[in-house]
Amino acid sequence: MNFYPEFEVVRNDSRCVRCRVCERQCANEVHWYDEDGKILLSDESKCVNCQRCVSLCPTRALKIVKSDCRLRENANYSDQTIKEIYRQAETGGVLLSSMGNPNPLPVYWDKILINASQVTNPPIDPLREPMETKVFLGKKPEKISRNEDGTLNTELPPQLSLTMPVMFSAMSYGSISYNAHASLARAAEKLGIYYNTGEGGLHEDFYRFGKNTIVQVASGRFGVHKDYLEAGAAIEIKMGQGAKPGIGGHLPGTKAVGDVSKTRMIPEGSDAISPAPHHDIYSIEDLRQLVFSLKEATEYRLPVIVKVAAVHNIAAIASGIARSGADIIAIDGFRGGTGAAPTRIRDNVGIPIELALAAVDKRLRDEGIRNNVSIVCGGSIRSASDVVKAIALGADACYVATAACLAMGCHLCRSCHTGKCNWGIATQRPDLVKRLNPEIGYKRLVNLMDAWRHEIKELMGGMGINSIEALRGNRLMLRGVGLTEKELEILGIGHAGE
Amino acid sequence: MEMDVSQLGFQELNNELRASADENITLKGCIGQRFIGAGMSGKNISIYGIAGNALGAYLNGSVIESFGNAQDAVGDTMNEGRIIVHGNIGDAAGYAMRGGKIFVQGDAGYRAGIHMKEYQEKVPVMVIGGKAGSFLGEYQAGGNIIVLGLNQDERAIVSNFPCYGMHGGKLFLRSECEGIHFPHQVSHRPATSEELQEIRVHVEEYCQYFGGSADEIMNAAFTIVTPDGKNPYKQMYVAN
Repeated sequence: MNFYPEFEVVRNDSRCVRCRVCERQCANEVHWYDEDGKILLSDESKCVNCQRCVSLCPTRALKIVKSDCRLRENANYSDQTIKEIYRQAETGGVLLSSMGNPNPLPVYWDKILINASQVTNPPIDPLREPMETKVFLGKKPEKISRNEDGTLNTELPPQLSLTMPVMFSAMSYGSISYNAHASLARAAEKLGIYYNTGEGGLHEDFYRFGKNTIVQVASGRFGVHKDYLEAGAAIEIKMGQGAKPGIGGHLPGTKAVGDVSKTRMIPEGSDAISPAPHHDIYSIEDLRQLVFSLKEATEYRLPVIVKVAAVHNIAAIASGIARSGADIIAIDGFRGGTGAAPTRIRDNVGIPIELALAAVDKRLRDEGIRNNVSIVCGGSIRSASDVVKAIALGADACYVATAACLAMGCHLCRSCHTGKCNWGIATQRPDLVKRLNPEIGYKRLVNLMDAWRHEIKELMGGMGINSIEALRGNRLMLRGVGLTEKELEILGIGHAGE
Repeated sequence: MEMDVSQLGFQELNNELRASADENITLKGCIGQRFIGAGMSGKNISIYGIAGNALGAYLNGSVIESFGNAQDAVGDTMNEGRIIVHGNIGDAAGYAMRGGKIFVQGDAGYRAGIHMKEYQEKVPVMVIGGKAGSFLGEYQAGGNIIVLGLNQDERAIVSNFPCYGMHGGKLFLRSECEGIHFPHQVSHRPATSEELQEIRVHVEEYCQYFGGSADEIMNAAFTIVTPDGKNPYKQMYVAN
């Protein structure tokens, strides 16, 4: 079924100098030059509104606008809903989307407000006074113990040390490009934080960033071997992902080429299928077995992270994980991004990270096992204030990926699954990959995190708090606005004015 | 070196193994300790008693010979080496193994060889002397799984749902496989003599560990199962 394209390419011909940069830059082949008429033409049905041509047009002759040619308005059957039905009627296929859930579901961060000190307790000026944003992730001892000679026992389980409570979350080599990984790895090293390999193995060039790398083990075990496990600073077991809880991953054979196939250690052109479950995990006891097999293989030198999607019984699940021997729990909320996920799952499965995080932190405290694990939360952490709110709700640190992609040039066109990312991030096409210069990509990531660190300090200083430790789980610093009593109860915060 | 491990936990046991300067180590009195030999290379480990779950997980070149049954997850994500079990093994053996060989004298439980892979020169092999449980070779993406069915019980050579999700590698069953249901995305047919010649070396190695005659074993009908394509889910999606 043909329908009018979603976007229109508006070209101001009086400004167009026929440089044809739009034509060269568009991997979707929207633009072409008509030699006879000496004019640039476009097929907007191929346009994904990634803004590459707009951004590179030297005379600002181009803009992409949303088409106003819509199907007849219907609040129940939206334009999108109807077109999805057409697509499925035509192909019989499962709808596939990319990046995080774009639907107008509640964003609790935007309904939570942060406190500031006035009169009775002074705010702190972070420009003048020391502020501690360093955090350590890992199991903390329950009590202080002493050696036989009376000195303090200072031996700790393995910890990750972060200069600020933010890390780059898992994006596999395969879902994103070599240059994107190079940018993330360099930035993590420069910033003193960590990036995450995702389930695609670790490219041989990036072993040198090992001390700032978290290596992932997922159900497909792609690229997992002894050297890989030992290459990183921590091992993450991926049980679930916020964008697609309950299902696995699937890198199509068309993307398993060249270095991607080599890094995943699978033949070229073969589908890389990560099954939905880990087939050896049916219980917390089984999870414990995988945690300890990894610890045994790496001689207990590395913390083990267990990453789960935020789902309905997340507090009970987290309680189990905290007893499994894992050092860190990563919880991924339902707005988290993805390189490809079935639309229906991405948009309908899972729960918001804010509620999941608050519920988990409370449950672990109530059960007296909060010290067993650190909590990392992800799933659309968009700004420094989201980070501060997450820490105050009980997180030790946050995972960010979409924001990191944006820093590298992503324009959130949500077309990663096509493999034709014009910004060189979610693609393996060499001509597109080289558009992302890791030298620039890494600097932009460092800039973003530097800016966030300053903002985190400003927000903390305003509350009269000079260390992340004193902010963690400090829900008195938060108030809700426009939330129901039940929502406030789960978040464990008062309403504004209380 | 010989060690009585009956009083050791798995962590102490593996520490001793790693610390041992001796390449050949015999463990006596094994009582189900897990993760024996995890990630290790360059050792020959003999085990008497019962090895626990995840025997030789991430094994990276060592040889482990168990003179008794082994439990679940033998050779999980193994990369290189040999695991030889004089007895039966539990479920999910060789999960995602990418290299090396596993030889089992007796039966295997559920999900043997699940998601076994191969890459370039690394082609893992699992030989099961007896019968295999359900979900044999599930998601198999590479390597060779060979089931010989040498024991005399009445069960079929493989239980229900073999090869579901298979998208690479080869599976050999020493049987005509009548009455065994395979999923639609794989093909099964009698193995040719060339194909049997390929696996003969593995059967000979099996006989070297457990006795028997490779000639006699190979002188039987074998069924080979291979996937129809390496992109089984390609048609399922429509870009949205």
